[in-house]
Amino acid sequence: MIKATNISKKYGQTTVLQLENLEIPKGQSFGLVGNNGAGKTTFFNLLLDLIQPTTGSITNNKIQVDKSEDWKPFTAAFIDESFLIGYLTPEEYFYFIGELRGMNKADVDTFLEPFEELFNGEIIGKRKYLRDLSKGNQKKAGIVAALIGNPEVIILDEPFANLDPTTQIRLKKLLKSLTEENKATILISSHDLGHVTEVCERIVVLEKGELIKDIETSEATLKELEGHFSL
Amino acid sequence: MILRFFNLQWKQFFRSSYWQKNVVINILMVFFAIYFMLIFLGLGFGLYPLLKEQFPNQDPLLIVNNYLFYWLLGDLLMRFFFQKLPVMNIKPLLTLPIKRNSILHYILGRSALSFFNFLPLFTIIPFGIILLLNGYMTSVVFTWMFLIVILTLITNFLNFIIESKSAETELSFLPILAFSGILFGLNYFNIISFTDIIGNTINAITTDSIFLIIPIAILITLYYANYYILKQKLYIDQSLKAKTEIATTTDMAWTRRFGSVAPFLQLDLKLLWRNKRPRSSVFIVAIGLFYGLFFYPNPTYQNMVAFYVFVGIFVTGIFMINFGQFIPAWDSGYYKLLMSQNIKYKEYLSSKHKLMMMSAILMFILSIPYVYFGWKVLVVHFAAMIYNIGVNSHVLLYGGSFNRKKIDLNQRAAFNYQGTGAVQWIIGFPLLIIPMVLFYIPYKFINFEAGLATLIILGIIGIVFHQKIMIAITKKYIDSKYKMIEAFNQDN
Repeated sequence: MIKATNISKKYGQTTVLQLENLEIPKGQSFGLVGNNGAGKTTFFNLLLDLIQPTTGSITNNKIQVDKSEDWKPFTAAFIDESFLIGYLTPEEYFYFIGELRGMNKADVDTFLEPFEELFNGEIIGKRKYLRDLSKGNQKKAGIVAALIGNPEVIILDEPFANLDPTTQIRLKKLLKSLTEENKATILISSHDLGHVTEVCERIVVLEKGELIKDIETSEATLKELEGHFSL
Repeated sequence: MILRFFNLQWKQFFRSSYWQKNVVINILMVFFAIYFMLIFLGLGFGLYPLLKEQFPNQDPLLIVNNYLFYWLLGDLLMRFFFQKLPVMNIKPLLTLPIKRNSILHYILGRSALSFFNFLPLFTIIPFGIILLLNGYMTSVVFTWMFLIVILTLITNFLNFIIESKSAETELSFLPILAFSGILFGLNYFNIISFTDIIGNTINAITTDSIFLIIPIAILITLYYANYYILKQKLYIDQSLKAKTEIATTTDMAWTRRFGSVAPFLQLDLKLLWRNKRPRSSVFIVAIGLFYGLFFYPNPTYQNMVAFYVFVGIFVTGIFMINFGQFIPAWDSGYYKLLMSQNIKYKEYLSSKHKLMMMSAILMFILSIPYVYFGWKVLVVHFAAMIYNIGVNSHVLLYGGSFNRKKIDLNQRAAFNYQGTGAVQWIIGFPLLIIPMVLFYIPYKFINFEAGLATLIILGIIGIVFHQKIMIAITKKYIDSKYKMIEAFNQDN
């Protein structure tokens, strides 16, 4: 589904990302871990064509992302709060995103029903603008909005940060069900090794922009990762 | 400590992408600054001989003192619209071991170093020297010069009180207009003659410099008034944190008829209505609508048809100019979302264009009563509307692709008076002047109809080639996409 060939990003002399070849097959749940500055967000930004690669290219479903915009209809992302429109209510925001993805209000309402539990009564029908919600609730709204319209590629940067424990557990369940049900490819990054190992089938460790480990998740993965990072 | 603050501000200014990418505007600002300095310098040198020639029997210094009221009032108005209170991001400083006092004194002290406070010196000093050469007493002249400096600083701090108070209200520019309007009115109709009061006071002070204590006392009072107003804002629950509003939702089903641009149109309308900054640009429209009343009833302008064009462009284009020049910065807060969502750039831009077009048509309809001042006014307004739709709207959209300054709609930071500076007005200038010239040349050499036709034809060309122009503009936006994303990601 996603293929990065010889991709690199340099700012001046410093290389922040350098991947020779990374392929993510369709339907995989893919996890990126790494310390600060490892290049996780840079990779997502490149994939979303928000920054320009210094060398190489990324293709999303055979479409080169910086050449054509045709990957947009089946790709959705929530990177940070700047993906939210502060002066809209959460409902309006969902309708707006829905509309961009060809869903009318009723479709969006039906889509939102299963998320009621996740929202915990704090998001829908509260007559509050997104800018006035707490960081955690903003995040929930952003993540759910990224799922609208059954995108084939879902990119979430640090989805577990800022969430309360209950929501973290619910979110994990949700993400797992997504890859099982409709064959969506999910890319997430996290600093929480426990969460990624639970959710992702495959984990890639980045360090200073380079790929250090590429692991199929198994019983031993968490131990292995903890060992790697405790050095 | 002061030096450190200064260092911080220096970095904030020069490291912002706005500075780096808008060299042209900065050069323009320098140019304007030099222009004003020269004007003030000319005034300083020319004032004395001029007054001596016009009123040979009166003392020029006394005449000047009598008119100082207008000077000060004008100064206050100019400052309100063009001078910005030094912005400082104070939140990160609050938990550091820095005395709140020194933050406040720094902010206030820096405002005293504003260009606006130095400008009068260019007039005062040459005027003072000429006074000395003409045999005025040294003590009188120096007292007078010192006094004017203090008065300038008084206006400086008075402006900030007005500005910080009125920034909290919806129509931020109304209090100052009301305030200066009332003062002017009271004076003009001789109810309270501020001209005399201020003139006499100044005369009294210059004759006996001991009275300088009074303005100095006023200055200190104002300084501390500012100090206490700002001090209240230094707590994060006061102004750093915004109040939560109750959301009102509307359906706006009528926008559906615009097809694929409908969602963006809805978004823009919500943007305009739910955020303070863009909302004030809607209110400016109301003021703009009455702008013609300054010109049309005045017999001086009766035969200056070119001014009709100016008013026409202004009235039908005021919303366009105010809103359009910040495209796409209005959406800077969530620009990354727009760039990664399933959005066609062209549709996004056309929605902005539609909004501007509708505003021009609406403003034209609202300005129809101006026909009272003659049919020429109406046809000029019509031509101006066509020109605005066909030419100015595209120019604004194109100009937007050079936009690199983020607008923080959430207004969470205190001392945030973003985008009220001089730059905003400078950009609007060519949009108003060029059509005036385009009209004037054929009007002068052929006739009135030829002038009108020029504007209308140019406008129609723009409308006919709208699709082609939009493709070119879209390309320009796509070319600067990465730069915009990067710039909008920065906070300053």
